[in-house]
Amino acid sequence: MMMLAANVEKEPTFWQSVMEIDWKVVGKATNETLYMLGYSLLFTVILGLLLGVLLFLTSDKQLLGGKFYARIIYGALSLLVNVLRSVPFVILMILIMPFTKFLVGTKIGVVGAIPPLVVAAAPFFARLVESALREVDRGVIEAATAMGASKGMIVLHVLLREARTGLIAAVTITAVTLVSYTAMSGVIGGGGLGDLAMRYGYQRFMIEVMAVTVLLMLILVQILQMVGDALVRYFSRR
Amino acid sequence: MNGLQQGVFRLIELIDIEKAYIRKKAEPFVALRGVNLKLEKGEIFGVIGRSGAGKSTLLRSINLLERPTSGTVIVGGVDLTALGEKELQEKRKKIGMIFQHFNLLSTATVRDNIAFPLKISKLSSKAIKERVDELLELVGLTAQQHQYPSQLSGGQKQRVGIARALANDPEVLLCDEATSALDPQTTDSILSLLKDINRKMGITILLITHEMAVIRSICDRVAVMEHGQIVESGTVLDVFLNPVHSITKEFVSEVSDTLGNDTLSAFEGDGRVVRINFRGEQTYEPVLYETVRGTNATFAILQGTVSRMKDVPYGQLIVELRGSDDDVDRIIAELKTRGLAVNEL
Repeated sequence: MMMLAANVEKEPTFWQSVMEIDWKVVGKATNETLYMLGYSLLFTVILGLLLGVLLFLTSDKQLLGGKFYARIIYGALSLLVNVLRSVPFVILMILIMPFTKFLVGTKIGVVGAIPPLVVAAAPFFARLVESALREVDRGVIEAATAMGASKGMIVLHVLLREARTGLIAAVTITAVTLVSYTAMSGVIGGGGLGDLAMRYGYQRFMIEVMAVTVLLMLILVQILQMVGDALVRYFSRR
Repeated sequence: MNGLQQGVFRLIELIDIEKAYIRKKAEPFVALRGVNLKLEKGEIFGVIGRSGAGKSTLLRSINLLERPTSGTVIVGGVDLTALGEKELQEKRKKIGMIFQHFNLLSTATVRDNIAFPLKISKLSSKAIKERVDELLELVGLTAQQHQYPSQLSGGQKQRVGIARALANDPEVLLCDEATSALDPQTTDSILSLLKDINRKMGITILLITHEMAVIRSICDRVAVMEHGQIVESGTVLDVFLNPVHSITKEFVSEVSDTLGNDTLSAFEGDGRVVRINFRGEQTYEPVLYETVRGTNATFAILQGTVSRMKDVPYGQLIVELRGSDDDVDRIIAELKTRGLAVNEL
């Protein structure tokens, strides 16, 4: 009984611990996560869009499809995408460290996390782009061809335009995936909420820090999804 | 055709068009086998056939949406098959096309859909605005210009398609089953719009369809396709009144007011039964009465129709002539000298 009473006396409750969390640290980590998410999403969308459009155009029965060089390009890109997508993110991060160092000058920290995030997410996003473009009515592409539109115009004014809701949905899914990737980058000192959860929650057994981090990431994902859905509704014309 | 006699400019010429699709683990599928087709400037030409006859492939080979395996496609004196990509794109701007399923940009308003081909032609935004206003007026959609395709009826969507196809002042308008997804009333209004456009702007129209009614209401000439070949062609009236090929006869019999022999098979009369074809203004003259009046023979009309093919009146009567053989022979000869086609059944 004595022991138990002493324990109650010494050990702060969960809520007391939550009150004692250093919110400055949490705020800094949140900022870092947003920073990583923002930049990696930006570069992922740019690279993935290019890659996805190329995959789509060179795939069978599409604008460039059937030609010999298109088959080669499609085969090569498809293989690259599959390889990158099959390597688990944590491993990928370690594997491309030399490349990361070459690109941004550091292997760790928030900046060092961005290249592996992009390398991991861009192929994923590219596949989503490819399938969103496949949803575009072939008849509309045919009509544009019959009007004398060049392939570049068809991509810009028909494909990307008609696929826009699918593309927004793809960006949303990718952003949510990136949130969890940024958390994983904490494993190798990437910074952000994941890093915080690792150092405090896992290594120092501070459950409350882990809980707060998870909660913050949940809120982040929720906001991303809601914004994405709202944009899809706004741009939908069906 | 006047055009043929006067040697009027030949707008489209397809020479020995063959199209084969390579298939995996199967013989190539041959969609077109040596098709030849000539279109005169300003005419409305119809191609009719069942699905799979190759008519859609034929239409698409004119603007090279489907590049023929062999053969030559000449539009406005230019061999399209010899053109590079850029030149072909330029030429396509002068070949309008409308589709069964309209193929409009779902994310663009009526106005922006019509403006799209003009944007491709890199017109100034002022010129685009003026041209789109004209086209909206032409197809009667000025009030709907800010709506999206999903808010329009099928007929309205096809009007947008027509306006879009006409935007760059094409020489020819290709219609790919343009009315097949529409109800009969809407079909009529779209067909009369096409007829108007042909008349006012002199645009040559090539349409493909599986409905004889479409051919009858607007076409000048028709070609009938089966198994990748044109099996019969000529002016609509000729093909309609004297179908030769069995598939043509099927198409003709689909249109309700033409005459078949099936209803006559049960008929047993004393006299001789003849089919008389009228065409032109003669259709409305009392030719039969005048011819029979001078003899002792009489006649009974067994079946008959009087109608119009596009704008040409025509009639077809199946008549039993009762009287002496001499009289009947005289009547038939007299009818023939008046320019009617008479066939004894």
